[in-house]
Amino acid sequence: MALKQVSSTDEFIKGLWRDNPVFIHMLGLCPALAVSNTAINALAMGAATTFVLLMAGLSVSLLRNFIPREARIVSYICIIATFVTCVDYAIMAISIELHRALGAFIALIVVNCLILGRSEAFASKHNPGRALLDALGMGVGFTGALFFIGVMREVLGSGTLFGVGLFPDGFQTWTVMVLPSGGFFAMAIWLLVVNWIRQRQADAEKQAVEQAGKAAS
Amino acid sequence: MNAPAPIEQKRTSVWEMYRSIVGIGAFCALLIVSVYQGTAGRIADNKARFLSNAIAQVLPDVQSTVEVSLDANGVLVAATEPASLPAFLAYGEDGELVGAVITAQAMGYADNVTVLYSYSFDLQAIVGFMVLETKETPGLGDKVETEPHFLANFEALDARLNEEGTALANAIVTVKQGEKTEPWQIDGITGATITSEAIGVIMHQGSSYWLPALERDARSFQPPSGPLDE
Amino acid sequence: MGKLVKHLEIGSSPHVSDGASTDVIMRNVFFALLPVTVFAVYAFGTGAALVIIVATASCVLTEHWLCRWTGKPSTVGDWSIAITGLLYGLTLPPDLPLWMVFVGGVFGVAIGKFMFGGLGMNAFNPALVGRAFLQAAFPQAMTHWSAPFAEGRFEHIPSSVLAMPFWEPTYDAVTSATPLALMKFEAEFAGGRELMAGLTSGSVGETCGALILLGGIYLVARNMMNWRIPASIFATVAAVTWAFQLYDPATYPGPVFMLFSGGLMLGAVFMATDMVASPITNAGCWLYGVLIGVLVVAIRFWGGMPEGVMYAILLANAVSPHIDNLIQPRVFGTGRRAG
Repeated sequence: MALKQVSSTDEFIKGLWRDNPVFIHMLGLCPALAVSNTAINALAMGAATTFVLLMAGLSVSLLRNFIPREARIVSYICIIATFVTCVDYAIMAISIELHRALGAFIALIVVNCLILGRSEAFASKHNPGRALLDALGMGVGFTGALFFIGVMREVLGSGTLFGVGLFPDGFQTWTVMVLPSGGFFAMAIWLLVVNWIRQRQADAEKQAVEQAGKAAS
Repeated sequence: MNAPAPIEQKRTSVWEMYRSIVGIGAFCALLIVSVYQGTAGRIADNKARFLSNAIAQVLPDVQSTVEVSLDANGVLVAATEPASLPAFLAYGEDGELVGAVITAQAMGYADNVTVLYSYSFDLQAIVGFMVLETKETPGLGDKVETEPHFLANFEALDARLNEEGTALANAIVTVKQGEKTEPWQIDGITGATITSEAIGVIMHQGSSYWLPALERDARSFQPPSGPLDE
Repeated sequence: MGKLVKHLEIGSSPHVSDGASTDVIMRNVFFALLPVTVFAVYAFGTGAALVIIVATASCVLTEHWLCRWTGKPSTVGDWSIAITGLLYGLTLPPDLPLWMVFVGGVFGVAIGKFMFGGLGMNAFNPALVGRAFLQAAFPQAMTHWSAPFAEGRFEHIPSSVLAMPFWEPTYDAVTSATPLALMKFEAEFAGGRELMAGLTSGSVGETCGALILLGGIYLVARNMMNWRIPASIFATVAAVTWAFQLYDPATYPGPVFMLFSGGLMLGAVFMATDMVASPITNAGCWLYGVLIGVLVVAIRFWGGMPEGVMYAILLANAVSPHIDNLIQPRVFGTGRRAG
């Protein structure tokens, strides 16, 4: 496979912005919309997903020559499900309340296409170091996106951030933001911002190229 | 089924497939079992703490509890395995019976509402209340957890049995806000009509099921190995 | 239909132009709404007047800003957005804080109309999108109803209306139950005469059924509204309700109550008939009306909320393109059995 030589920092950086799983690739939207009603839930979900991403990426990369092509999906899912189960137990051991808040969505990390996607598209073709960097970048990007959505929803929907009241008494909470539809609204508003910034970047690049062309001629 | 592959590929032998799947399966099983072993103790602790915190909130003087259930003849027995909607007998410092704690659930506005409440044998009344699980609309239905005048209903909600001890003497019902006239009525919440009525239904169903057996058997009930320590 | 559709003129034949452009139609809708608006201000006082003004202003301003921002020619001049704003104001409770009115107006126009491409492209009625958002965002404020014809309603402004932006309103008076809430939670049915004359509490412009009907008749007489939609809604609601009342008169109210309570009149006459979001063919309009009628009765009788007109219309808006697909007009010149 003729891959461009990519620096290892770039392997990490790309997940944060250019290939952000939620805002650019629109992967893993189910947890991104469902458990982002508070900042703490968003961070917990992001951390759990990042852990599974890292472990699954590492395992798949280590076993990439051992797993036959025909049996790869079942192997990946098996590995991912194992780590999700471990995370499930770990969260229960840390805090029952957090486990209740995240509900069924921990188990659903198994079917988060982000994890299977990175295992299939990246970890199975790269060495463990690269796979870990890629998984970390994607995980941090995913967590960041969830966190931004979660902050918007918690501040507007509950008037708090990390459970701490931000406003004096009498703040009117926007109930819709903690309801499921609020997830779509917050997501849409962030997509608007992200796409607007990307558009500006693209325009600026185009202009720079044009100017360079003019200067050359 | 088998579309001809465009490029000739190395065929994977059956042995290789088995090797990888069984190997990964064994590794995964080992990992899950060890994580389960490592966390089981803390998880059990956490669950017990969560429940005892909740019980302490509805019945403050509890030292220990015993989960109970009704057998096929409706007789109160110690529960052999935890129920999804458990009931407990609660004992005080000297092992005396201080009350019972009952969980019950019914349909609210959005989904099932599960509540935990305590019954005092001395007062024959419900003396504590807490919502365990609700998905009611924030700001409206979830007022049943916060509204002071609603919570005041459960400082002493009459739950006497009839003379035969077979059923509640008066059905527990939710009435419109400000129209509570009898001690067994729950003063509802305007703006959370459906949820506050659901609470009344839950309390009535839970009490009708448990209280006749509790009143009859609880005082003579012998905990299997003395009240459990916590 | 003027410039309702941008790329392709769609409509059932015959395509005869009577010269009525968007602004002429909209001016007539405005005349039809005038008595309702005046009555609303008379019944609910300064609060209602402010709510209507801010609702209209928020919609017009949002449209203006968005047109400028996206570099489109402004569509403010044809009155359509002002009518949307006025209708939106008429669906709100009379003592709703003005900042919420503003937020809902911006949301309705930006998300409900502009995101779909602006005038002529909206899949949903923008006024109802704004109201639905408020209903979800601020359920308490949206279910607080002040009593009509209150003492001194012209002398002072209700304090809740002037609540600080982002702050909870404080109310001067306790909420007074709407006829539908009384039906749902107390099984009390208000009398038909009371409902028609607008003596009950409710949203700003929904209380006086008689005046709304009058406006509707004016529009139908001027041939500027498809009478089939309201007729079909009324017939369906009346028939279904009548059947239920026959079955159990203690639980289910009669057709007159259902027709004149809540937002049914306003919704059926002015909201469901939104030219863009309703079906094109006449048969489609009948079907669309039946769908709304059944949904309204179902939500009112068995839903968690007392009123269902808004959701019924929004749901029917969503399926109206499919209704158009289902009912293709016969191609002119071909036989009844396509051959």
